[in-house]
Amino acid sequence: MSLIDLATHAGARSATPPSLILEVKDLVTHFPVRNGIVKAVDGVSLTLERGKTLCIVGESGSGKSVTARSILQIVDAPGRIVSGAMMLHRADGTSVDLAKFNPRGREIRAVRGREIAMIFQEPMSSLSPVHTVGDQMMEVLRLHLDMGKKQARARCIELLKQVEIPDVERAIDRYTFEFSGGMRQRVMIAMALACNPSLLIADEPTTALDVTTQAEILDLIRRLQQQHGMAVMFITHDMGVVAEIADDVLVMHRGKVMESGTVDAIFHSPQNDYTRMLIGSVLKLEQKAEIRLRRSPIADETLPVLQVRNLSMQFGSGKNALKAVDDVSLTVKPGETLGIVGESGSGKTTMGRCLLRIYDPSAGAIDYRRPDGSTLDLVKADKETLKACRREIRMIFQDPVGSLNPRMTVAQIVGEPLLVNRIAAGKQLDDRVADLLQQVGLEPSWRERYPHAFSGGQRQRIGIARAIALNPRVIVADEATSALDVSLRSQMLDLMMGLQDKLGLSYVFISHDIGVIRYMCDRVAVMYRGRVVETGSAEQVCNSPTHAYTQALLSAIPRPDPRARSIHRRHRYTAA
Amino acid sequence: MLRFIAKRLLWMVPSLIVVSFLAFVLIQLPPGDYVTTFIATLAASNEVVDQTTAADLRARFGLDQPMIIQYLKWISGILLHGDFGLSFEWQQPVSNLIWERMALTLVLTFSTLLATWGIALPVGVYSAVKKYSVGDYVVTFLSFLGLAIPSFLLALVLMYIAAVEFGQEVGGLFSEAYVNAPWSFGKVLDLLHHLWIPVIILAASGTASLIRVMRANMLDELNKPYVTTARAKGLSEFHLLVKYPLRLALNPFISTISWLLPNLVSGSIIVAIVLSLPTAGPLLLQSLMSQDMYLAGAFVLLICALTLIGSLISDILLALVDPRIRLE
Repeated sequence: MSLIDLATHAGARSATPPSLILEVKDLVTHFPVRNGIVKAVDGVSLTLERGKTLCIVGESGSGKSVTARSILQIVDAPGRIVSGAMMLHRADGTSVDLAKFNPRGREIRAVRGREIAMIFQEPMSSLSPVHTVGDQMMEVLRLHLDMGKKQARARCIELLKQVEIPDVERAIDRYTFEFSGGMRQRVMIAMALACNPSLLIADEPTTALDVTTQAEILDLIRRLQQQHGMAVMFITHDMGVVAEIADDVLVMHRGKVMESGTVDAIFHSPQNDYTRMLIGSVLKLEQKAEIRLRRSPIADETLPVLQVRNLSMQFGSGKNALKAVDDVSLTVKPGETLGIVGESGSGKTTMGRCLLRIYDPSAGAIDYRRPDGSTLDLVKADKETLKACRREIRMIFQDPVGSLNPRMTVAQIVGEPLLVNRIAAGKQLDDRVADLLQQVGLEPSWRERYPHAFSGGQRQRIGIARAIALNPRVIVADEATSALDVSLRSQMLDLMMGLQDKLGLSYVFISHDIGVIRYMCDRVAVMYRGRVVETGSAEQVCNSPTHAYTQALLSAIPRPDPRARSIHRRHRYTAA
Repeated sequence: MLRFIAKRLLWMVPSLIVVSFLAFVLIQLPPGDYVTTFIATLAASNEVVDQTTAADLRARFGLDQPMIIQYLKWISGILLHGDFGLSFEWQQPVSNLIWERMALTLVLTFSTLLATWGIALPVGVYSAVKKYSVGDYVVTFLSFLGLAIPSFLLALVLMYIAAVEFGQEVGGLFSEAYVNAPWSFGKVLDLLHHLWIPVIILAASGTASLIRVMRANMLDELNKPYVTTARAKGLSEFHLLVKYPLRLALNPFISTISWLLPNLVSGSIIVAIVLSLPTAGPLLLQSLMSQDMYLAGAFVLLICALTLIGSLISDILLALVDPRIRLE
């Protein structure tokens, strides 16, 4: 063994390290704002033990991230720790209270990165784009362990090998943007583990990743935890991930702890109402919606409203050409929901945009059946026809913040399609807008407000109201529920299905979330690298997929049941 | 990289040809020519020039030929002999006139640049890090003041103070004794002694706007997740500020180099006139007013060449500094 190992493993080698690593008692963190204070963390207590994983779950705004950042005293301004104690127990038997340290002082800096390390959600923006991977990693080693340049570099290479980065000798001198999302997160993990911390805090480390990549990162964290014996504090909103990796669970809501206990107790005998609601809304997405189970299936001989034939979309040309959509054929029947599922880069969004001719497809045909029974090819349609068809095919977007103009009132946003198509104006327009808002479950009297006054879920409802304003026949929904918390997700899907039955809509529902697809869709198409690899009824694709890729994809999805942990049994799919 | 530079240099040739032609046409667009202006000046002092003398003058200066011929003569002189022609007004080769002025302009501009960046960058960073503190408000107030005061006004005020309070002779870059003297150690000292007034005046508004830009750039970067990552590593606040957000906030400044170079010639004309500085700006203005076409043409050509070179330099520097930019 080299000298480096002796230095870095010293902590792990002392006789019998204490099993308790960190005790947080009654932590309170406040954010002073113009009209009062926001109690982001309001009396949270928790303990972290060596070799154990504590998951903190909660919806957005529950204070789980601020709790984690409070431990390292890196809460963003103007937040500050008001009271509470955070006892860090060291391997040599001494204890210190982290809450007593000055946030800019030397003592807390010696803890950060050395004894408690942290990884973050967005692996792209959490690493500097203009410094090499090696530069950013070596910095920690040189700072805390006083290593020389050569020694630090050798240790970095060793660490990057541990997290399975290929071609390490060259990777160390590369920049983060040259890596994929999963590889970047591996670099983050390697950097966090550089000084062998006794506690690793992971703040939504897999949220921005695809499910197959997520499964690999979760595996890696678990393996490294076993090797190093550290405690892990894992923050997530995904109950599937919790069930898969947690020993203990802490449920947070509005800065307070709702319930804590072992993972089995939380999932199988939750005591608190909020926990029950949370688990309930997760389990609800594990099966098909009741409203769809009750409905009689659409007759086979119904003529499709949209028929996509051999559609291709190529970006660039020559050597750099990228076939984002490659020979895709699909049909959508009236009143039906077709789910498009796939990982990032599979071409599902591009496909959706081709349906509205936002992109001009490079080959193929999109046959659209008009209400009078005639069909026309959208790919070849001229400007006037296309304009008419776009009244009947609408879109709902993923980002409820970015897709609404912040300078327009809700009435203007929802009424705009009616106004530009000269369908309604004045009093008539106002009545129509009020009616639309009522249909999506929003108070019509709110229509003079601006989008910022609404929550994420309400904003997405505004987006839906805008989409149905022109009485469309087909709606392309691109990840319409991805930005929403899980408890809102099923509400939104129920609303969309209610509207579907009332207005006779067809949906093309693009999502990476199998739960959402299973809940809502009648038929599913699975996309992989621009091609549709499998189509079938939602039950068949979700429960007994035939294509190897679909099987691999489904096997990587963590199930919200700690008694049926399965992702370690997943298999990978490699394209032939 | 080398291929990119070679390609860009090649593209500069047609750009310069087009630009030089346009410049030549533009200078000739106003009615009349140098002789007309010359006659008007003479007429002002009651001297009358008859038609034949005027025609003689035109023939001597080559002004009687069609414009395209004049242009070809001019441009081939520059390309073949490095001869920029003769200034009608000064009766001297244009190149003599320009280079002396350019050297002084260069000294003045770079002193100003150093002062501007040296003050503005640290103050801007401070202002961003201590957002909404008393210090930030003071800096913000001063920088708005600096932006609001026209530089010629500041020039007049400073000249008054220097002359009345310190008894220093103001205007120009040299004392009378050194104006026409050859370069010596004493002349350099004299230059430094005179340089501070124009530097303060020219730096004032530049510093003010740069502080605002730096503050905004820094504020954009300070909340980025990679800063939190660096903090979570245990770096000291100063160290991490310098290494991460400052490094990224400086990138936009590299782009400003492309308009810094042409500013050498045409920038700060008003201040230079008020302070009667022997820099390029006033000469350019004078040549345009008297339709001294070869002198003006040389200046316009110089501005264009500097613009092209400046943007090439800033593109290359940006690519060196920011690995995300690829020059292909």
